[in-house]
Amino acid sequence: MEYIPNILFAIILVLGVGYFARNVKKLIRNIKLGREVDASDNKSQRWKNMARIALGQSKMVKRPIAGIMHVIVYIGFVIINIEVLEIIIDGLLGTHRIGLKVLPESIYGFLIGAFEVLAVLVLLAVVVFWLRRNVVKLKRFLSSEMKGWPKNDGNIILYFEVVLMCLFLVMNATDTSFQELGSGNIISQFIAPWFQGMSESSLHLIERSAWWLHIVGILVFLNYLYFSKHLHILLAFPNTYFGSVEVKGKFNNLEAVTNEVKLMMDPNADPFAAPVEGEGDEMPAKFGASDVMDLNQIQLLNAYTCTECGRCTSACPANLTGKKLSPRKIMMDTRDRLEEVGKNIDANNGEFKDDGKQLLGDYISNEELWACTTCNACVEECPVSINPLSIILEMRRYLVMEQSAAPMELNNMMTNIENNGAPWPYNQMDRLNWAKEE
Amino acid sequence: MGEELKVRTMAEFMAEGKQPEILFWVGSAGSYDDRAKKITKAFVKILNKANVDFAVLGTEESNTGDVAKRAGNEFLFQMQAMMNIEVLNAYEVKRIVTCDPHSFNCLKNEYPSLGGNYEVIHHTQYIKSLIDDGRLSLEGNTYKGKRITFHDPCYLGRANSEYNAPRDVLSKTNATIVEMKRNKSTALCCGAGGAQMFKEPEKGDMDINILRTEDALETKPEIIATGCPYCKTMMTDGIKFKEKESEISVMDIAELIANT
Repeated sequence: MEYIPNILFAIILVLGVGYFARNVKKLIRNIKLGREVDASDNKSQRWKNMARIALGQSKMVKRPIAGIMHVIVYIGFVIINIEVLEIIIDGLLGTHRIGLKVLPESIYGFLIGAFEVLAVLVLLAVVVFWLRRNVVKLKRFLSSEMKGWPKNDGNIILYFEVVLMCLFLVMNATDTSFQELGSGNIISQFIAPWFQGMSESSLHLIERSAWWLHIVGILVFLNYLYFSKHLHILLAFPNTYFGSVEVKGKFNNLEAVTNEVKLMMDPNADPFAAPVEGEGDEMPAKFGASDVMDLNQIQLLNAYTCTECGRCTSACPANLTGKKLSPRKIMMDTRDRLEEVGKNIDANNGEFKDDGKQLLGDYISNEELWACTTCNACVEECPVSINPLSIILEMRRYLVMEQSAAPMELNNMMTNIENNGAPWPYNQMDRLNWAKEE
Repeated sequence: MGEELKVRTMAEFMAEGKQPEILFWVGSAGSYDDRAKKITKAFVKILNKANVDFAVLGTEESNTGDVAKRAGNEFLFQMQAMMNIEVLNAYEVKRIVTCDPHSFNCLKNEYPSLGGNYEVIHHTQYIKSLIDDGRLSLEGNTYKGKRITFHDPCYLGRANSEYNAPRDVLSKTNATIVEMKRNKSTALCCGAGGAQMFKEPEKGDMDINILRTEDALETKPEIIATGCPYCKTMMTDGIKFKEKESEISVMDIAELIANT
């Protein structure tokens, strides 16, 4: 009988981690629905980007208030989770505060003391975050795409953090032997008096409850990630690694188009020649993207990584002047559609069944796509190297090259370039006239 | 401008069996658009003054295809690019300077994988190097004490991380440079990029160039300096909309320097 708590703990742990692993597998499968993309170049630069942007939070602090608060929560989250290691060992072995047995008391006290201080700082930062979202009402949290679930999601994450931090502090405060030790209870010694007068057994009951709820809470939170914008705490790392290492102005040249244009321009090319085996059969079924499967895997990873902070949208010139385009919505739509496709595959034994829907039109409208100035403000702003502009461009390519659905003025402009080599209807032979004009 | 501009074409250099120091890529706006042509002529005046042995392609130049690419027409872009690359490579062009950040970005970053490898320089960078090398000296105090604010073109700034060259050139004029609240990497677009120049904007509360003009007006400038023909047009229209054209002028850095 005495092993029941250990067994129960092991079962909860396996269930919690197992269900998460299952969803991670699903996430990877969904990302792999996208086109393959080669990111094997510039390895050292990519590691540096990850270290600087994700680990070092270099872009977060560009907006100091949110940035510093975020750094506190981030450091708190990472460091306090060391405590989880102790909880897991204690839970499996049936020990109590195993850290005290393997570490000198002073070091253990220092660690727990640091966790307690961080827990309070995290609580403060979370309160500020909540106020920004619900009382101060920052414009970027009020956009139309933030209504309903995205708004609730943001608050639920904050409540999770409050509960977890409080449980940690209560757990320490009601641990009589830990309080008697007098080392590391920097904060909890002030909470302990709240429980004064309670019997030893009720204190023990509260301590045990807080301990169990803390670890169960962490496992629930872990599993909440997959359904939430909060995935960024994990995906920010691969996403910054796979983020572009090129200057922002460089847009990719479509290889399939290059092959066709070369064929058109080469007077010696034989248009009827049989393609060489293994060559040229990588030509995509269509140019550009109308659905998530047409996007590349990095763009789909971008969509899962987005935590909907809205810095992109708050810097977008189109959005600032009241146009429908919001780069954040582009990312949210991409993820929503990808999830829909994933569920479709789950429901149809691993095979996608046409549902008559696509990203273009059902999620993202032409009006949004044509409002973009390709200014790269959204790309510059993103603290985790997401590129909404690349998705917008890919969808414009589909509209123009597959559907000839550009706005009429743009079609005129392109016809002019084709005919006269300039976007206006001027004769190419007049191109040097400026040099003779007064 | 008075004095006659000395402009020679690559074909003329070729006929003499010579290579110019640099090719000046004029671009479509710089060739045909009235306001942009002023930038072109001002830049040529600077090149003449610094005795730069430069050439243009003239009627052999065609649109870079940049705007078609941003609009989504990759076919048209690559056709234009390959035609231009054929001409440029036939003349064995090594260095290109241009007043248009869109051409600059396209030639520099998007032509290489299609076979066009050149050293591409924006005119503000080139003017800076002419001054640094002592080939161009700025006399006169035309701008001394004047308040100038610089609007970063997206395709020079964010797209290619060049924020300093235009500011360095401006600082040589002894003007007082004032920054807008959104500047350098956080600069707001003028509204012309991504093929917007050629179409009506989507429905919204205001036009982007008006918002950017408001950014500029907050600095109480006497001159708004730009480094892009499209930005110049958008900002000029913005100033007209605000009825400030009698107090504030919008000038490309080439025009500013040509006037010193």
